[in-house]
Formats: sequence, C-alpha cells, structure tokens
Amino acid sequence: MSGIPHDKYEPKTKPEKWLHKRLPIVGLIYDTIMIPTPKNLNWMWIWGIVLVFTLVVQIVTGVILAMHYTPNVDMAFASVEHIMRNVNGGWLLRYVHMNGASLFFIAVYLHIFRGLYYGSYKSPREVTWIIGMLIYLAMMATGFLGYVLPWGQMSFWGATVITGLFGAIPGVGESIQTWLLGGPAVDNPTLNRFFALHYLLPFVIVGLVALHIWAFHTTGNSNPAGVEVRRTSKKEVEKDTLPFWPYFVIKDLYALVVVLIVFAAIVGFMPNYLGHPDNYKMADPLVTPKYIVPEWYYLPFYAILRAFTDDVLVVQIASLFTGGIIDAKFFGVLAMFGSIFVMALVPWLDTSRVRSGRYRPAFRFFFWILAFDFMFLMWLGARPAGEPYASLALAGTAYWFAYFLVILPLLGVFERPKAPPETIEEDFDSKYPPKPAE
Amino acid sequence: MFKKLIFSALIVLGTGSVAVAEKNSFYPVIPDVAFSFEGPFGTFDRNQLQRGLQVFTQGCAVCHGVNFVAFRNLGDPGGPEMTPEQVKAYAAQFDIYDPEKDEYRPGIPTDMFPAGSLDGVPDLSLMAKARYGFSGPYGTGINQLIKGMGGAEYINAILTGYTGEEKEEYGAILYRNTAFPGGWIAMPPPLFDGMVEFDPAADNSEAAMAKDVSAFLMWTAEPKLMQRKKAGLVAVLFLSFLAVMLYLTNKKLWAKAKRKA
Repeated sequence: MSGIPHDKYEPKTKPEKWLHKRLPIVGLIYDTIMIPTPKNLNWMWIWGIVLVFTLVVQIVTGVILAMHYTPNVDMAFASVEHIMRNVNGGWLLRYVHMNGASLFFIAVYLHIFRGLYYGSYKSPREVTWIIGMLIYLAMMATGFLGYVLPWGQMSFWGATVITGLFGAIPGVGESIQTWLLGGPAVDNPTLNRFFALHYLLPFVIVGLVALHIWAFHTTGNSNPAGVEVRRTSKKEVEKDTLPFWPYFVIKDLYALVVVLIVFAAIVGFMPNYLGHPDNYKMADPLVTPKYIVPEWYYLPFYAILRAFTDDVLVVQIASLFTGGIIDAKFFGVLAMFGSIFVMALVPWLDTSRVRSGRYRPAFRFFFWILAFDFMFLMWLGARPAGEPYASLALAGTAYWFAYFLVILPLLGVFERPKAPPETIEEDFDSKYPPKPAE
Repeated sequence: MFKKLIFSALIVLGTGSVAVAEKNSFYPVIPDVAFSFEGPFGTFDRNQLQRGLQVFTQGCAVCHGVNFVAFRNLGDPGGPEMTPEQVKAYAAQFDIYDPEKDEYRPGIPTDMFPAGSLDGVPDLSLMAKARYGFSGPYGTGINQLIKGMGGAEYINAILTGYTGEEKEEYGAILYRNTAFPGGWIAMPPPLFDGMVEFDPAADNSEAAMAKDVSAFLMWTAEPKLMQRKKAGLVAVLFLSFLAVMLYLTNKKLWAKAKRKA
C-alpha cells in the first residue's frame, strides 16, 4: 500500500498461506500498522489517533443512545431526560457523547492548523487534504443534526436558523429549505430525517477516514521538517523512519490518554459547561430565545456568515451587479462556505517550494495571525449583532480570505525561506545527536 | 500610525460598551452561594435536600411541578435518600390522575410528580440547568468555572431578590426582583420567615429556606451528580496512572532511537 519500501507480510504457516491466497487481509493490516513513519514527528502528529478514537467513541455511545431515544417532537425531550435519569449509565453515555463532539472539534481544529503550519497539504498530499476537508464538512453536518435531536430551545431555533441559510439561495432556496425540513417549518418530519441522517453520516465519515488514511499511507506521512523520506533503498528508509508499531502506537496512546484525562474531568465535573442552558428547555415554536448562539465549534464561521450586512460595500456592489440576486443574506452564506472552500484549495494557493513553516519566517508571522484570527472570529461569533462587533467580524473575515487568496500566493514569490535540512535523519540527529563513540 | 489605530480601536470599544449600557439599564444581580455540591468533590447534603423538598412541597408545589421526577427518586442514592416508607407516605399525599381507571387516586412511588397546576408556570425539574448564563447571555462562563456558579444560585437569587415594589401592567401585578431578567416578575414572593416548620428544627428564615430549595432543585435537575463526580474522579485517577505507565513505556521504547540508552 505504501510507496515507501519496507518489509512486506510473508505468510509462513499453512493456514496463513491458505488465507493469504484467497484474501490478503492479514497482509493489509500488517503493512498498514508497520508503515515506515518519519521518526521526527512531533506532538502535533497525535491528533489523527485522537480523532479516530473519538469517532469510535461517538459511534458506540451514539448507537446505544439511539436505542433509548424517541425521535418525535412530543417525546424527544422527555426521552433524553429518561436516558439521563432512568437508563443505567445513561447520564454517562449522554454526557460523553455530548462532550465527545467538542473533543472531536478541538482535535480536528488542531489537526487542520498543524497541517496549515507544516504545509502538510502540499504536493503530493493534496488528495489527503481534500478528503480531510470533506470529513470536516461531514463532521459539521453531523454535529448540527445531532444538536437538534434533544429538541431543546436551541435545537429548534438552531435548526430554524441554519436551514434558513439554504432558503437564502436565490430562486430555488425556498424549495430546498422546504425539502430539507420536510414541511414549511421545523417540525416532526424534520426531527425524523435529522435523526436518520445523524445516524447515517458517521458511517460516511468512517469511509472517508479510510480513504484519508489510505491516501497518506500512499504518499507517506508529512513531517515537521517538510522533507520527504529517502526511498531509493530500504537502508535509507530505515535511516529516516521507524515502524508505526510499536514506536508511534505507544507514543500516540500516551498522548491520547493525556487528552482523555482532560476529557474525563470535563465530563465528570462540568459536563454542561460547553453547552447552552437554553437547551434544557423543551423546544417551543412560539417562544424565540433572546439570543440564538450555535455551539462553540461553529462560531468562527457563524461570525463570517453574520459579517455581511446590507451596509457593507462589497455586498452593495455584488447586489448591484447581479440585479439584487445576491443580497446580504446570500452573500453571507457564500462567504461562509467560501471560507472553507478557500481552505480546501490551499494546496494550489500556497506557492512556496519550502513545505514546513519552520523554515519560513514571514509565513510564520502571517500563520499566527490566522490562528489568532480564528480565535477572534470564534469570540465574535458569540457576541450580539451590532457594532463594534460587526466591523470587527468583517475585518476578521477579510483577513481569513486575504491569507488564503493573497498572502499565501505572494509569500511564495517574495519570501526568502531558510534552508530546510537535507534529510529527516539530519533533522532528527540535530535534536538527538549521535554519541561520539558511535 | 499604529498608536493611532489602537487609539481609535479603544474609542470604538469604549463607545460600543457605553451604547450597550444605555440600552439595558437593569442588570440582574446573582450573588454567589457556596453550595455543598460545587467543585469536583462536592456532594449533596442529604438533610438540606430533605428540607428543600419540604419547602418545595409546601411552597413551590402549589403552582409548579417537577414533572421529570418520580416519587421513587426520593429514595435514590445521592438524593434526599428517604426510606421506602417515607417515600410511600409522601407519594400518597398527592392526587394523581390514573388514565387506565380514568380517575384520581392517591400517588404511589412509581408515579411522577404532578405537573404544575397553572398555565404558563414553568416546570422546575430542569430549572437549575436551564439557567446559568450569568455574565450575560454571551458570557464566557468565568463565574461558572471559577466560583461554581450555576442555576442553583439563580434560583436562590430569584427567591431572595424581591424588593417589595409592585406595579400593575395589563391587569397583572408584577413584582420588582433584582435577579429576574428585566427586573419585574409575575411570581409573588413565595417564601416568608417561618413558613415551614422543620423536624428536626432547622433555620427557617427566608434566606435559609431559599438555599435549601435551590439545592433541592439542583438535585431534581441533576440527580446523578454525585455518581457523575465520583466516576469523573475515578476516571481521572485511573487515566493519570495509565498515562504515567505509557510515558515510561514510551521513554524506554524510544531511548535507543534517541541515543539516550
């Protein structure tokens, strides 16, 4: 599977040979977990394992929760309370699942920003990056669908606002919105289909994750130095890499357990801290909450969505040139999806030949502004509409797009990067120098 | 140039917050209370929950229900922990509608607490979890994180926040309350000194009863709180031990590659 030369599985016993001839599954597993892995990977390369683990936890807890949950507008809220009060360990399952979503997103954001910093998206790993972005989109959809299921106030009004985004599409928007909701407004058909899709999408994510892993096992992992594993001979490969098992399995497990300590503390001691109190009130179509705020992990994109109002110049220009087809609402929707789209295009927008941000001082400066911008937009997403937040959100959005569309393409031309090490071995040895005796 | 930018940004922020302050001249006041169930090791005080139940029964239950709670829950571990006989006797004082017989009968432990008797009166089962956005709806929850402030503090503040002022609006009487959003609440002051006689005798001032019933409503909202904190503690301890083991394993495993062995 991997393009890097390494020991392949050889069936030795008779039953092994018998099976290998018919289905080489043991070989597939062996080659996957013995893959030569750059030995200079740092602690930012652990989030993939955390994400796989979280996906499994979410599916296991989710399937059990589904056994006790009732997708009906009159019973959903009470069935969640039934899980919390009467199902054995139900409160634990539900709090793990609820906070598992937050763990999932914090891990995916660190994973994505690691990729952005070390240039993991660059050739030849563009396909891995694109699949990753698709996984991220599927996660966003799954999280949103799941948040509707407890049928609290924020569930209901969140669903109303988010499906309303599709209603902003000119011409066909209203039909699409009705089709998504299964009626003119959020109601029982909406809850039923959201439940079905919330159950389905995680398995789509599993499939995409398999592709994601397959893709980077074909190209090999990227690494902090940003230079490729030498692959002309097995001997050279062994100088740059160590097998995934046991070196990286143990390292990743250690990191995973440290992350889980924090997770267990949040589930055990403050499970509702990241949630919204309004969702402990049953959905009421007649009472609009004073403030409708999405979960924390959507806030940066929610800020981008809301940044474009009628008095913003680009909106007025767009409206003028399209004869009013693109209004402020639709512009905001385009900007929100566009902000993820430009991130998906980053392999072609970054023109620098040096892969890792470690050797690009000017890039580093702009990267950290982007990381700050992301946090800043997250904070703004939770502020009330109005000044000064609207202007600040516009500035934050402008930087987001400028980073991908202007700064990255130009940096590759104007920046003078430092020289990266020749090999992974050189990078590793500079940190762990060989003993003089050797 | 840079200084100028910062200066104008400060002006924008400054005027922005002034504008917000003018719009909402009323800020609800929620004082912090050191409840026994706060913090990683916090537990419910069984006696306090029993007193709170009594305040709820003789005060709140006149209008409000706790419809997600069953009478049998009063005997559950980590709650008021009443004996089976006490639970039975307590349930029997309620008239519960039996849909099979289509008639009212005395309550039995497996019945749920009845719903509220008045239209528009909120159910209190989850009130302590449905209210905790103190530092404004967009607060970062710092008070919640550091001081352990939650819905129990909110309920306590509502019960003790009456100033005695009243006004009539559209035929309804509203009461001034320093904790209620907007400052005027439709609920008349529900507690007064000496309203409930506790057995064994305990402080039955308005302030003490408010704390007791707030703790009780925290329990109705989160009946598994004690099990949860215990599980969290066990998990954190176990995972910490596992982390140390894996740290040492990892160190030894990599020692040769890192030339430390």
